Amino acid sequence: MTMKADIVIIGGGISGAAIAYNLAKKGMKNIVVVEKRFIASGATGACGAGIRQQWGTEMNCKIAKMSCEFFENANEILGYEGDIEFKQGGYLLLASNEKEEEQFKRNIALQNRLGIASKALSLEEAKEIVPMLNTEGFVSAAYHHKDGHLNPFHTTLAFVKAAEKLGVTFMKYTEVTGIDVNGDEIIGVQTTKGYIETSRVVNAAGGQSQDIARMVGLELPIYSERHQILVTEPVDPILSTMVMSFTGNFYCQQVPHGGIVMGRGDAGEPRDGNINSGWHFLEEMARTITKLLPPLKKAMVIRQWAGLYNITPDRQPILGPVKEIKGFYLAVGFSGHGFMFGPATGILMSEIIMGEPTSIDISSLNLYRFDRGEMVFEPSVV
Amino acid sequence: MDPKTIICRCSDITLEEVRQAISDGYTTFDEIKRVLRTGMGSCQGRTCMPLILREISVMTGIPQEDLNPGRKRPPVNAVSLGAIAEGEDHDYES
Ligand SMILES: Cc1cc2nc3c(=O)[nH]c(=O)nc-3n(C[C@H](O)[C@H](O)[C@H](O)COP(=O)(O)OP(=O)(O)OC[C@H]3O[C@@H](n4cnc5c(N)ncnc54)[C@H](O)[C@@H]3O)c2cc1C
Repeated sequence: MTMKADIVIIGGGISGAAIAYNLAKKGMKNIVVVEKRFIASGATGACGAGIRQQWGTEMNCKIAKMSCEFFENANEILGYEGDIEFKQGGYLLLASNEKEEEQFKRNIALQNRLGIASKALSLEEAKEIVPMLNTEGFVSAAYHHKDGHLNPFHTTLAFVKAAEKLGVTFMKYTEVTGIDVNGDEIIGVQTTKGYIETSRVVNAAGGQSQDIARMVGLELPIYSERHQILVTEPVDPILSTMVMSFTGNFYCQQVPHGGIVMGRGDAGEPRDGNINSGWHFLEEMARTITKLLPPLKKAMVIRQWAGLYNITPDRQPILGPVKEIKGFYLAVGFSGHGFMFGPATGILMSEIIMGEPTSIDISSLNLYRFDRGEMVFEPSVV
Repeated sequence: MDPKTIICRCSDITLEEVRQAISDGYTTFDEIKRVLRTGMGSCQGRTCMPLILREISVMTGIPQEDLNPGRKRPPVNAVSLGAIAEGEDHDYES
């Protein structure tokens, strides 16, 4: 079977779905999204789905703000029959030392200037928001009440359903196995369900973005690392806000149905694509969280899982075209925060692909910044 | 079976809702789990999985033995964070 498409988007996660929706909204026809399993079966479905505007660079603050404002109205904008379950309970970021506290202060000044109403909190004030918080080992906190959490499946499905209404085709359980190139031009995409003739391809393949890039002869400066996460049985509301530490490398929040979701990074995590769950994580996570929030000792862990962070050298995504191959676009390397950037990724990538000026200047997120030594310095990443 | 029959006791999901999800195009156990939360509760799908697989099979015509029962996620029995933090014995291999 041979199909024809004006553009093929590889990956049915939040990035691919949001790009497809925005391109269709701008009037592009014959958009095909190819997903090897089902919608949100990659990092998107595995993620903590926390969203924050407390960033340390102007660009990231703007991207996060644009996305948050979209989430606030997404059920209506996308005409979704379900609910994306957006809960704005805020993010409480804990500072472990004076240096981090200074950084938070600088971030807050920047955020306030950009219309993000974050503020610095003393540990006493932090305890007013999270009464069970054990503040030992921390010096202060930063808080923004509009940060929050969504249901990642429903959010992605909302984009998919809206895109389908605009004529986008989603091919589930279809794997891209090759991309045919003639000179520097794309001619088609090979899949397990047939051939798709096209001159444009978007690589939104998350943890497999390197494999897709290799299909056109590009080596991306990216690795994929396992990150683990768990959820407890539902309990009564006891935690209204997300609690997070960059230094401690963990986050914890209660989701609307009552489960408490928590994750933690670890330098020893495998980078070979393995996403099996390990006991070591469970122990480290339990120790970290029962010290921080002692009443959670009684919470019962019901499930743990893992997904891949697709990580670049500066932990910022790569968004845009490449010089080597015409019509090949990257929306990759989200380094653990691609869910909250999803709506903006969709808007900005569609602007780039349509040849329009971008609503936010993201030219610094080009692939060539690493060779040129022009890395983006973002202090606030887990 | 009555459409109002509860298929998933953990998340209170009826047969009707499962059938609706299947006709909306969610034709695998893993997809239905993510849309309806079936199998995410404390029984981890032990009750609802066979019932849901049977419905998928009936509605899609795919024989039940060819359907993917979905990815199993540890731990099999719920454990408290306190017990894990204290390093109690576990029968779980990573
Ligand atoms: C444990 C964990 C917690 C996280 N927490 C957060 C958080 O709180 N907030 C946040 O913003 N971000 C978080 N992230 C990061 C976030 O999940 C990702 O950055 C984001 O989901 C990336 O979306 P994506 O669409 O680019 O990639 P993905 O969701 O990974 O989608 C890529 C898709 O491409 C498909 N694919 C791959 N290869 C092929 C192929 N050859 N053919 C066809 N399809 C293919 C895959 O099946 C996959 O569905 C977390 C990640 C993890 C793992």
